Amino acid sequence: MCTEKCPKKVVDTYNEGLRKRKAIYVEYEQAVPLKYAIDPTQCIKMIKDKCGNCEKVCPTGAIVYDQKEKTTKLNVGSVVLSPGFKPFDPSIFDTYQYSKFKNVITSTEMERILSASGPTGGHLVRPSDNEEPKKIAWFQCIGSREINRCDNSHCSSVCCMYATKEAVMAKEHNGPELDTAIFYMDMRTPGKDFEAYYEDAKENKGVRYVKSRVHTIDPITGTDDLEVRYANENGEIVKEQFDMIVLSVGLEIPPETVEFAGKLGVELTDNNFAKTSVFNPVKTSRDGIFVCGSFQGPKDIPESVIDASAAATAAGEILTESRNTNVKIAEVITEINVDNERPRIGVFVCSCGTNIAGVVDVKAVAEYCETLPYVEFVTNNMFSCSQDTQEKIAETIREKNLNRVVVAACTPKTHEGLFKETLLAAGLNKYLFEMANIRNHNSWVHKETPELATEKAKDTIRMSIAKVALFQPLKEAELQVNQTALVLGGGLSGMTTAKSLATQGYETHIIEKSDKLGGQAHNLLKTVQGEDVREKVAELSSAIDSDDKITVHLNSEITDVEGFVGNFETTISGDNKIEHGIAVMATGASPYKPEEYCYGQDDRIITALDLDRKFMDNDAALKDMTSAAFIQCVGSREKDRPYCSRVCCTHSVDNAIELKKLKPEMNVYIIYRDIRTYGERELLYKEARELGVIFIRYDRDNKPSVEVKDGEVIVNVTDHVLGRPLEIRVDLLTLATAIIPNRDEKIAQFFKLPVNDSGFYVERHAKLGPSEFATDGVFLCGLAHYPKPIDESITHAQAATSRAVTLLARESIHTNGEIAVTSPQNCSSCGICVSVCPYSAPSFTTAKGPNLGRAEINPVLCKGCGLCVASCRSGAINHNGFDTGQIYAQLVNVKEAV
Amino acid sequence: MSKDVIGSVMVVGGGIAGMQSALDLADSGYYVYLVEKNASIGGVMAKLDKTFPTNDCAM
Repeated sequence: MCTEKCPKKVVDTYNEGLRKRKAIYVEYEQAVPLKYAIDPTQCIKMIKDKCGNCEKVCPTGAIVYDQKEKTTKLNVGSVVLSPGFKPFDPSIFDTYQYSKFKNVITSTEMERILSASGPTGGHLVRPSDNEEPKKIAWFQCIGSREINRCDNSHCSSVCCMYATKEAVMAKEHNGPELDTAIFYMDMRTPGKDFEAYYEDAKENKGVRYVKSRVHTIDPITGTDDLEVRYANENGEIVKEQFDMIVLSVGLEIPPETVEFAGKLGVELTDNNFAKTSVFNPVKTSRDGIFVCGSFQGPKDIPESVIDASAAATAAGEILTESRNTNVKIAEVITEINVDNERPRIGVFVCSCGTNIAGVVDVKAVAEYCETLPYVEFVTNNMFSCSQDTQEKIAETIREKNLNRVVVAACTPKTHEGLFKETLLAAGLNKYLFEMANIRNHNSWVHKETPELATEKAKDTIRMSIAKVALFQPLKEAELQVNQTALVLGGGLSGMTTAKSLATQGYETHIIEKSDKLGGQAHNLLKTVQGEDVREKVAELSSAIDSDDKITVHLNSEITDVEGFVGNFETTISGDNKIEHGIAVMATGASPYKPEEYCYGQDDRIITALDLDRKFMDNDAALKDMTSAAFIQCVGSREKDRPYCSRVCCTHSVDNAIELKKLKPEMNVYIIYRDIRTYGERELLYKEARELGVIFIRYDRDNKPSVEVKDGEVIVNVTDHVLGRPLEIRVDLLTLATAIIPNRDEKIAQFFKLPVNDSGFYVERHAKLGPSEFATDGVFLCGLAHYPKPIDESITHAQAATSRAVTLLARESIHTNGEIAVTSPQNCSSCGICVSVCPYSAPSFTTAKGPNLGRAEINPVLCKGCGLCVASCRSGAINHNGFDTGQIYAQLVNVKEAV
Repeated sequence: MSKDVIGSVMVVGGGIAGMQSALDLADSGYYVYLVEKNASIGGVMAKLDKTFPTNDCAM
């Protein structure tokens, strides 16, 4: 109501200024907290002491104009900085005329235009005339990899992928005939599943990729269209017209963050990211202050989530002795016994602001609900999820002695947990609850037909009431979590995880199949920041050896795994049994042994790791060389291995710099497809070019060839600038080989872990669960997830630790009550449930008695998916919370007419 | 237990990284102060339409 009556329109920053909002506002419909705020710089009352409309109309008296900024002093043990980035503002580039041409927009504006909740309701139209564009261009690296016109020398890491995604989405919106062109310098898609996404966009979705940096955008007189001139790959100047141009703006750290860091005494890099080291990637220069997200370095969502968990580990590790000293523990309310009681149902109909009430007549719905059987109480709330309403609901349950609750509101996906907590607070079993979704399934999709929407809301709630009346309280099994951890793999990731778990007080076992700790790190010379890798590995190894909470099992492999989250029992070589509560998969990956480019025919043709070895051994021959070449993407980005190995570009560029420093007059060539020195690794690429390293590009369809002739190693490649074949005689040819997964079907089967087509483990969720598996209690880090450099492996290891600690710290866990249960007397022992269950929950009873050989379900392993219920031919399996009677009750109440 | 070590953490910034960090810390037994300058949490991710490479809705 306040927003409706507010007369002051202001720029909507959430929608990138593409539309207006009011001076009193919520940022967006799903905002958390969903509370209205006053913009003090715009409010007429606060500036001129006039208006005051919102105060007049607010029914709850929530408006306070004279609220002042207060300074609160907090004492904390550690600090995590996650202030984020600001999209680069391209107004300073006069050649793109972003401020002047309406149809030149930024990629963040494009996100809002594509969004269903955006200013155009998800309709892709251009700003000047609201017409659907026929041709859209994206310009990459705007405000990234650029030091002439802005100061951002870093690569922003995310723009190649988001531009590709926007182009794919734009085509999805406006049809395949929409022409989309991405103008780029290097296509940088080095993340997990990114390369396949890029290939799909290019090959199947018809997104055009043009390798060119466009200099100027010109207006076409008399139209709102735009003209660009660029040099194509053959060096010819091409003119092309577009309806709309998207500037793929980079990530930069805003001045206020720089100032804030200064106040905290946190050192920054040249590009204003927090200064960290490869072996302490989330620790800032100031003790006790940690960093995550894009302030640590430009990065995407999965990496930010990994960073965030890693920072939680680092921030928590130093406070271990004070764990659980400041937390507030919710009071446990004794559960009311509702057995044999007649259902007394409370129905809470939510307005969700105007989200529901703007379409559905909630008052009429509430009145209707009062007429339904077993309904004792009905009310309508503005926001059922708000804290005060929660308290009111709990109070009502107690006062009215309700024993079943229906909330008709939004989606159980996000809010069921919250309402179940409310039931618990009122002393009711939390399973005596049902949600009716009258927002996402109703008011949002039936805006045009409010009367029918109101009827549908009544139907939906009637069904929920019929179902909830039949609900019974459900029990959850409580399980103790064994406080011991098992880490599989003793490379850098595994060692980091184990050390951190031990520091936080948990007994940890490392299972390593080789005869020493360290893994692939033994083969690496130095980090991108110049740190000696072997020295650090030795330090970490000795710290592990002297930690009495860590037991290292070398030359060991897993032979069997039994049990489940909280209570695993793993057998390792030598018949040792280890009981543990959680497991971390840090099984690593291996270097690809090339078959191409004459590898193995001449000892001057080596891999990147061989070159590191030569540096480590101070091989004197390196100094005598006059010419060295690197070939990139050996075994990566190929048809049968379609991923990018992520580390090889930086590795080669770094080693090329080493060679140039060793002997400046040496000719050093890097033969590449796209140089993927993402983030601040771009500075190395720049340094290499400045030192005179020569970069020659090739295509997958036109690879270089290598021959060993008359005692010489010769590389043949077509120069992309001259368009002519080159013959390079080299003293050393380094192949930047792929990282390939250690496929171990046995381990995957033991812990029920999925593996993708390339052979890497599949995490619980690509973005929101990158350090854990769908299997409870099993975590993931390092190269077993995807190729990554040392700093990212360490971050990932710390993240897996954090996720594991969130489980271990609980000490006991509750299983879900909504699971399948068998009625053994009806079971015909056919075994279908045993074979269809993805979680191995059903088994045949081995206990002697009448049920011997009949199916039973382990409540701990059951995820409540319902597969066994549907497949049981004897009707012997029931699903708590979704039983046949409850579903039928819902169905017969669909509509009187049905 | 030492009285010098305070079992609370401040997380500055409520975007996807800050939220995840705060959740992990709270679930590990630490009291968390999540500080955000805007009226709601979510940061830049909440402005995005879909997210690569799965095309999931950012919200």
